[in-house]
Parts: sequence; C-alpha cells; structure tokens
Amino acid sequence: MPDTYFYRYDDFDRTLLSERVDQFRDQVRRRLSGELTEEQFKPLRLTNGLYLQLHAYMLRIAIPYGTLSTKQLRKLAEIARKYDRGYGHFTTRQNLQLNWIKLEDAPDAVAALAEVDMHAIQTSGNVIRNTTADHFAGAAADEIEDPRIWCEMIRQWSTLHPEFSFLPRKFKIAITGSPNDRAAVRVHDVGLRLWRNPEGQVGFEVIVGGGLGRTPIIGKTLREFLPKEDLLAYLEAVLRVYNRYGRRDNIYKARIKILVHELGVDKMREEVEAEFASTRDSALKLDPQTIEAITSQFAPPPLPHRPAMVGAVEALKIEDRDFALWLKSNTAPHRMAGYRIVTASLKPAGAPPGDASAAQMDGVADIADAYSWGEVRVSHEQNLVLPHVAIEDLPAVYAVLSKLGFAEANVGKITDIIACPGLDYCALANARSIPVAQSLSNHFSNLARQHDIGDLKVKISGCINACGHHHVGHIGILGVDKNGVELYQISLGGDVDFGKTSLGEIIGPAVGADEIVEAVDALVATYLERRREGERFVETYRRIGAEPFKERVYGAV
Amino acid sequence: MALYREGHIAPIDDDGPVALPLAEWLQAPTQAVALANTDQFNALRTHLGRLKLIALNFPKYTDGRAYSQARLLRGRLGYRGELRATGQVLLDQLPFMLRCGFDSFESEQAGFGAALARARTLFSVVYQGAEDDRLPASLLRLKRRNASEKLAAE
Repeated sequence: MPDTYFYRYDDFDRTLLSERVDQFRDQVRRRLSGELTEEQFKPLRLTNGLYLQLHAYMLRIAIPYGTLSTKQLRKLAEIARKYDRGYGHFTTRQNLQLNWIKLEDAPDAVAALAEVDMHAIQTSGNVIRNTTADHFAGAAADEIEDPRIWCEMIRQWSTLHPEFSFLPRKFKIAITGSPNDRAAVRVHDVGLRLWRNPEGQVGFEVIVGGGLGRTPIIGKTLREFLPKEDLLAYLEAVLRVYNRYGRRDNIYKARIKILVHELGVDKMREEVEAEFASTRDSALKLDPQTIEAITSQFAPPPLPHRPAMVGAVEALKIEDRDFALWLKSNTAPHRMAGYRIVTASLKPAGAPPGDASAAQMDGVADIADAYSWGEVRVSHEQNLVLPHVAIEDLPAVYAVLSKLGFAEANVGKITDIIACPGLDYCALANARSIPVAQSLSNHFSNLARQHDIGDLKVKISGCINACGHHHVGHIGILGVDKNGVELYQISLGGDVDFGKTSLGEIIGPAVGADEIVEAVDALVATYLERRREGERFVETYRRIGAEPFKERVYGAV
Repeated sequence: MALYREGHIAPIDDDGPVALPLAEWLQAPTQAVALANTDQFNALRTHLGRLKLIALNFPKYTDGRAYSQARLLRGRLGYRGELRATGQVLLDQLPFMLRCGFDSFESEQAGFGAALARARTLFSVVYQGAEDDRLPASLLRLKRRNASEKLAAE
C-alpha cells in the first residue's frame, strides 16, 4: 500500500528541491555578508517564500493543492516549534505562514521542509504561485475529476520556469473539478474549471483576469473548452502574452486582469490563440503516459465498505445537540456511501481565524492517521479537512477534535470568518483584522443562533489588497485608515459559491472598531426579519436590496 | 561594462560588431542589433541568417520581458548567433538566462564570471523544456519507465 494517496516525490523532485535549498542558503549567506543589497536580495527571498513583515520575517510554506500527509503536518509542527513561536497560520491560498522567522534560520527551515518533500518556492514574488484546488478534491460527491492531477502538472511546469520568473506581478491559478466551485476560480489570474462537454469529453473552461485586491474583477472566459492534453501549452501561451504585454509601469495595474481589461477579452483571446498555435504541438503537449503516471498517484485510498446508517450516530444526534449541529455544518457528502468529509474548524469562538498551534497540528495528524487515511487538507476558508472519515467513526472524531478546540459547529456560518493577518503582523495593513474577527466570533458564539442565521460568509481585510477576500463576503469588512483612526467599510452581496461569483457593494460610510459588532448585528437582524423560508442571507439581500440593511445599520450606529 | 561568455571566468574583450538600436539598424542593417524589451522583431526575420549579435535589454533585473524575447528568437525564429543580456544583469538570473538561450552577458557584479561557470550545473533537474535542449523531468521519467519495461520484456 502506498504511504500517501497523492503525488509522491521521486529522485528528480528531491534532487531539484535539495539543489534549491543549497542555492537559497548561498543567497542568504551573500545577503548576511553584505554581498547582496536588500534590493537585490528581495526578489530572491520572495521566491523562496520569505517576506519582511512588521516585526520579523514571515515564511510562507506552499501546500500544493492543499493536500498534506500526516508526516508533513507533523514536520510543520516541528518547524513551528523550532523556528517560530510554536504556531502557524493557514491562509486563504492553502499555504501555511510562520510569522517569526529569523533570516539566518530560514535556510535550515526550508531544508527541514525538504525532508518531507515540501518547500516555500514561489509562494511570493512576481511568479506563478502555488496552484490551489478544491479542498474536497478526490472525496467530494459532486466531483467530475480530481483537479489535483492538473495542479501537480502545473506545479512542475511552473517551478523555476526560466521565462516566467520575473513577471509583471504575481500570478495565481486555481482549479475546480466540481460544478460547485469551492476553489473561487473566477477570482484568480487564471481559473480552470473541469467540465464534461456534450461529446462526453472532460476538459477545462479557462477563465482569465479575475482577482480581488484594489481592483476587484470577475474573470472572463478565455476558452470554453480546452482539451486536457493542451493545458500546459495553453498556459504557456497565456503567460507569454502576459509577460510581454502586462503593464510594468504601475504596480497596481500590473496584474493580468488589467491587461485583459485594457485589451478586451476578445483581443486577449486572439493574442493567446496566436501564441497557442505555435505552442500546442510542441513538447508541452502532455502525452497520455505522463498524464496516466500522475493520475495513478492520485488514486483514492481503497475505502472499505462501511455502514451508511449507524445507530450510535443517530442516538448521539438526539442526545447531544452540538454534535447534531456539527454533523450538519462540519461534515459534507463523500462520493462513497458510509463516509463523510469532515472539516475541522480553525475558528473556535474568539480565536484568530486560521491559527493552529504545533500541538494542535500534531493532534490533527493523529486523528487523520486513525480515521482519515493519513491525509489532511487545507481549505481556502482557513480550515483543515479530514477527507475520508467513516460515518461510524464520526462520534470518535468529534470527541478528539473537541479536545483540540477544532470541533466548533460553525463551518459556513457567521463565525467561520476569513480574515487576513492585518495590522497585527502585516506591513501593508491599514487596520487590524484579527481583533475584529475575534469580537464578532465572541458575539455570535451561540451555536444554535448561528445555525438559525444559517450560511453567512464574513470576510475581513485590513487593507485594499484584500487578502481577507472582503469583496466576495456576503458581509465584507474592509479596514481603512482615516487620519490615524482605524475604520471599517461594510459591503454586502459578495459571493464565490455555486458558480455565482459576485462582488459586494459598499453600503455607506465606514464605522469605528467599537461599532462593527453592532453593525453586523443590525445586518443579521434585518435578514432574520425579512428572510423567506429557506433563503440564505445573500439571497435575501439579492431580493430586497441594500436599502433595508442600510437603514438598520446607520439607524443603529 | 564587462562582457562575459561561458568558458571564461574573466571578462572577455568585446571585439565584435557594435549593436545598433532597432530603429537605426532598420535604416541600414548590420550584423548586430540591440532591442528594447518592447520592440517587435518580425522585421528581423529576413536578416536572421546574417545577424551575428542580438543584444536584449534588462532595464531592471526584475523586468522579465527579454526572457520571452530570447525564447522567441531562439525557439520560434531559429536565431543561432550570439544573444547578449545587457542592462541590469545579476548572477542570480544566470540559470534562467542560460535556459532561455542567452550566451553572453554584460555585468558589473563581482563574482559574475565564477557564477557563470557554475550556473548550468546549479540545478541538475529541470521541470520544463526551454532553449537549452535539456529534457524536463517528465520526459526523463518516461524514458526511464519505457527502458525498464523494455528490459523486463526482454
């Protein structure tokens, strides 16, 4: 039996990784000796995941397609203990950030990562970043094909790509293999959606030029259907057009979304297709054997038959209300009867969203070893996922997750908040995000009330770079700085789920940090009064518009 | 500005033709042309056989447009003459530049010649094809698998 059910590194991968560590060690040495200036060093450290934050260096570790073995998760815990302050922060791009790294330790930290086939390559800088995927990939009941196979092809093609290592700006790719997009593909530089065409073939819809940040734009379809074997040839064409023609005169206009906007999607398509005509029959065309070799590594674990209806689970549902709520919100349908996908909530009441201590990481690894085939996922909503849990084992998994503090029954609810690190860590931020998330999380901590409110996505960013994805929050909160005072702008109606991508609209003047809870309370109260049977918050908003919400908020504040 | 070429640790003499900016060169084509990284170079197509030197510019080392130009000149247009990197050229770019087809470099950075001597062997594995004829890991895997299957069949 293989030790993992996803891509396994071979000698080629390991050699490259170890040579990269050596190169980085030499670059850090040259920086410390003064041979390299900070200006010269900056792009080099960034492409090795090393940021300079407010208080220290931050190391952003890639978790390709959000999939981790328990061995890897334990190593992350070890690195957090040894080189950081014993905790880490899972991000909206399925990465892990360590916030207190010393420059002189960074080479040893990445060498430790390489021991478990992990790295921090291209997790920042103006390069092709870690490709993200549906966190339920390979397990979801609604999946057409596992998107991680293609993420892995892109990982290899994009790693140290000689032509695309100095792009105009960063470049993010996401792939979903399900009709219910859980990877936010319409707000990425390139989003890929696997779908089956009327002829029965599976290929990609290629979406280009989406993104959040200071100019939020929903991506446009560049190609309705791309045969799978052409994926890399087509991406190379897109990247070449972007590298040559993307703007470099203004950092805020350098993302591909601006190029697409300025050229128009039709002209962009023309440019890409012209380039693709030359790349498509090159060595970039994926041969069936290569596709098969990678596909076979993602073969799902041999899940034995387990009962779909379990008396003990049914009994506990009646006995323990919190367990019943947890089943509803924190578990999702698995493609195999008798199994569920379990989300471990990294958002217990009052905690910073997405943080996990080393002990908690070890704890999740133990649970995954015992109950989920040794595999853990990171979701873009900053939670951890156990992809293959038998229904019979759910009471046990619930019990151990509770001990870790990760069994809050709030997935998809108002306290399952996405927040960026904000002014507590980030040099770019205008305002704090984490304390706002914490006060909302405390205020709405009652689980029964959260479940009554239903699905409601609150997303908080500490500046217009929008790392907290506030544009696509049902309720979006953006921290702004006005004459040294932190204020928060509220927007409503953003969404990335179920293929209904929309951007939120600001409802009025920003409110103070001490007013934000009251304002959200007013929004929720409006919804509860006005909702129709079965209507989610964002659907009520779409039906009745912003006005009733505004009145309530600005009457209340 | 010191000029480097593989096989020489020390800077070499620049005794070749002087590269003219494209607009000037188009008036009276010579054996050497210098392109800005925004220049379209289809006009060069008919002259490629006679060109001995094309200089591509990196106005800032973070401006990567010339990498694409290099690959198109080498891979698409089949240019085989000297391809020189000018402007802000730093030794940490060398592995990328070599793979895109550059073969001479102007740089003032200390240690540049020594870095050039090592740059091709810094990474013994590559993940993608480029202009340096190296086989990507995916193809090497395929070859290895086919060879071992053949062996097993025999």
